[in-house]
Amino acid sequence: MPRGSRLKVVGSRVKPLPRALSLQPRASLVVVGASLLLAISIAGCGRGAERGPGPLRVWHWMTDRIEAFDELAKRYERETGAAVRFELYAPSEVYVQKVRAAAQTDGLPDVYGVLGESRDFASFINAGHVLPLDEAMNRENQAWRVLFFPNALAVNAFRDGNPYRVPPGVYGVPIDVMNVQLFYNKTLLAKLGLDPAAPPSAWQAFLDVGKLAKERGLIGFVSGWAELWLIDCFAMDYAIHQMGMRKVEATYRGKVSYRNPDWGRVLSLFAQLRESGLPAEGIVTMVNKQAEQLFANERAVFAFNGTWGVNVYQSMNPGLDYGVMMLPRLSERPMVTWGGAGSSFVVNATSHRTAEALAFLAWLTAEPQQRYLLEATQNIPANRVAAAALPTPLAAFADDMDSTVHPRLFDAQEHSTVIEALTKGIQSILIGEATPEQVAAHVDDVKRQALQQ
Amino acid sequence: MLRMSPTRSQSVAPYLFVLPALVLFAVFSIYPFFLLTATSFLNWDGIYPKNPFESFQTFSQAFVGLANYVQVFRNDPVFWTSFAQAGYITVLALTFQNALALLLAMAVNRRLAGGGVYRTLFFLPPILSEIVVGLIWFWIYDGNFGIFNEALTRLGLGAWTRPWLADPKTALTAVAIIHLWKGFGWGFVMFLAGLQTIPDELYEAARVDGANAWRRFRHITLPLLAPVGVVVSILTILGTMQIFALIIATTGGGPGYHTEVPITRIFQSMLGSSRFGYACAQGIVFGLILLFFSLVQMRFQRRPT
Repeated sequence: MPRGSRLKVVGSRVKPLPRALSLQPRASLVVVGASLLLAISIAGCGRGAERGPGPLRVWHWMTDRIEAFDELAKRYERETGAAVRFELYAPSEVYVQKVRAAAQTDGLPDVYGVLGESRDFASFINAGHVLPLDEAMNRENQAWRVLFFPNALAVNAFRDGNPYRVPPGVYGVPIDVMNVQLFYNKTLLAKLGLDPAAPPSAWQAFLDVGKLAKERGLIGFVSGWAELWLIDCFAMDYAIHQMGMRKVEATYRGKVSYRNPDWGRVLSLFAQLRESGLPAEGIVTMVNKQAEQLFANERAVFAFNGTWGVNVYQSMNPGLDYGVMMLPRLSERPMVTWGGAGSSFVVNATSHRTAEALAFLAWLTAEPQQRYLLEATQNIPANRVAAAALPTPLAAFADDMDSTVHPRLFDAQEHSTVIEALTKGIQSILIGEATPEQVAAHVDDVKRQALQQ
Repeated sequence: MLRMSPTRSQSVAPYLFVLPALVLFAVFSIYPFFLLTATSFLNWDGIYPKNPFESFQTFSQAFVGLANYVQVFRNDPVFWTSFAQAGYITVLALTFQNALALLLAMAVNRRLAGGGVYRTLFFLPPILSEIVVGLIWFWIYDGNFGIFNEALTRLGLGAWTRPWLADPKTALTAVAIIHLWKGFGWGFVMFLAGLQTIPDELYEAARVDGANAWRRFRHITLPLLAPVGVVVSILTILGTMQIFALIIATTGGGPGYHTEVPITRIFQSMLGSSRFGYACAQGIVFGLILLFFSLVQMRFQRRPT
C-alpha cells in the first residue's frame, strides 16, 4: 500500500482512499471542534431554566383557563410593571411528566403546580422544590391565610407527624375549589315523565331511570370512567357514605380488609349499575371529554362530573338546562362528595425570584382577580369573599363544600397499586367479567403485597 | 499551526469521523442505559431523594437489590398478561398486516394506471399521528353512536353491534385492527422496493418455461423477497411489541386490563404509581425480551436464502 494513502472499507476488503477524500489536519480540527460544541450543548441542556432574566414563569395544565390567565398576566404587568408568562402543558399526564423531568434537571419554573397524591407532593417538598409558605401566609395577622376555604388550604399543607416527614406547614396556594357531583338534564328528566325539580335522590330510583332512558333511546349515565380517578371518586363517595371515613382510613392502614361486607356492598353497587342498563355502552373506555359531549348534546340524562363541567357545558351548549345534585343515597347516612380543593400553585424554592413569585400569587388570589377568574372560567374561587355570590349551577356545588372529602386530608393514604386494582376491578364488574367478591379478593391480595413492601 | 504527520493523521482520521456519532450514541443511549439499569435496583419515586446517586448514603437508602426484579417475575401477573396481549397483536400484524402489505405491493408493482396515487394512499396511515388515528377509530368503534355499529344496523346486523373497545371479547382485536390499518404502509413500501429489484427477465424466462403465476410467485418472488420479508417481520415485531400511543388514545389499557401492553404498564409504574425503580426493572426485562427477538432475527438473516 503506498505511503500516505488513506483507507476505505468495501465489504470486507480494504482499499486505498483517493487523496481528495482524505482528512486534512484543518478538517480534523473542525470535526473535533464540532464534537466539543455538541458535547457542551448537550451538557448544558435543561439546567437553570428559571434563573435567566425575563418574565416570571408559571407552568400549568388548565386548558380552560389559558385566555383568562393570559389576561391576568397583562393586568399584572400593567399594575406592577412585572411581566408574567403562563405556560400551558396539557393534558395533565403530559404536565406531570414535564414537571417531573424538570425537577430532575433543576429546570422547574418560578411557579408551578404539583399534581398527584400526598406522597408525590411530599417528595417535591422533601427534595427542596417547594417553598414553605407559612411565613408569607402569616404576615399581617394571617391576612393571606384567612382568605381561603379551610379545606382548600388544608390539602396544600402537612400536619405535624405526617408519614412523609414533611415539616408541618402550608406549601401551596389554592386558586380554586371544586367537587364532583351528579349533573342531571332537566329537559330529559321531564321527557322520561320524571319531575325535573325533584331528581331521583335514592339509589333505586336512580337505577330505575336506566330502563326509562333505554326505552326512549337515551343514555342514562355518562362519566369519563376510562380515567380511573373518576371511578375512584364515585367509589370513595359511596364507601364513606356506607362505612364512614374512619373505616375507609382503617382500610388504607391495612386494619380493615377489602373483603369486609361494607366494601362488598360498595362494589355491588357497580354490579347493580350494570344490571340497570343505566351507564352508557362503553363507559369503561369513555374519556371525560366524550362524556361531557354526550351530556352537553342532550343524549345523556346524568353525568358524574366536576365543577369545571359548568364551564365546559356552557361552551358546548349554552342552552343546556341542567341541575346538580349529590350522588343518590343508599341510606339516611350523610352523603359526601369528592373535592374540597382544586388547582393550586407552589413556589419553586430554588428560584431566585421567590419574593416576586409570592407577590404574584398574593395578587392572583386577591378578590378582584378571583372574581375575574370566576366570571371567565366558571370555577369556584378559593378566595371565600370572591365566592360569596355565585351563579346558580356553581352555587349548588359551593353549597355542598362542607360535605367534601379529599384523599390528601386523610390520615392514611391508599397505595396507588391498590387504587389501580380497585378501579380496574370496578371496570371488570361494569363489563360483567368479574363479581364484586372476586374484585374484593383481588384488591385485598394487592393490598397485602403493598403492605409487605 | 497544528500539523500531523501523514501516518498519525491516517490513524486518527477514522476515529474523528466516528466521534460525533459516538458522542451522541454515548450520551443518548449508553449513559441512559447504565442509569436505567442502576435505577432498577432502587426504590425511588423519581423526585426524592433528588439524585440517589449523589452520595453513598442516598444510594444505600434507596438501594433494594433485586427486589424490583423479584416483584416483576413473582408478583406482577398483569405485566406478563400485557406481554401476551402485545404478542397477540404482533401475531395478527405479522400475518394479516404483512400479507396485506405484500398483496398491495404486488398489485401496485404491476404498473397499474395511477400507481403513484395508490402508493401515496397506502402510505398515508403510517405518517398520521397515532393519537389522531386512535381518536378517529375511537369514534368509529363507539358503542353509542359509532359509524361501525350504524353500518352494521343498516346492513341488518344490528344484533352484532356492541361497544367494540369496551367489550372484553373484542377490545384487543379492535385495537389490533387499528394497528394493522395504521402499520401496513411500512411493509407495503418495503415490499414494493424489494419487488422492484427483482429483474423482469426472471419472470419472462419462467413464463417461457411455462410457469404459471403461482409458480412464478412461489419460486421467484418469494425467495428473492425473503430478506425484505425478514426485515419487515422484525420491524413489525419490534414496532408492535412497543405499541403505546394507540392504546392510550383508544382504551387506556381497559376495559380492566384487557388491552394493557408492556409499555402502558411501564408508564403506569413510572408516572401512575411513581415507582421509577420498578418501572426501570420492567423496562430492562422488556428490553431483554426484545433483544432476544432481535438476536433471532440476526440468526435468520445470516441464513442463505
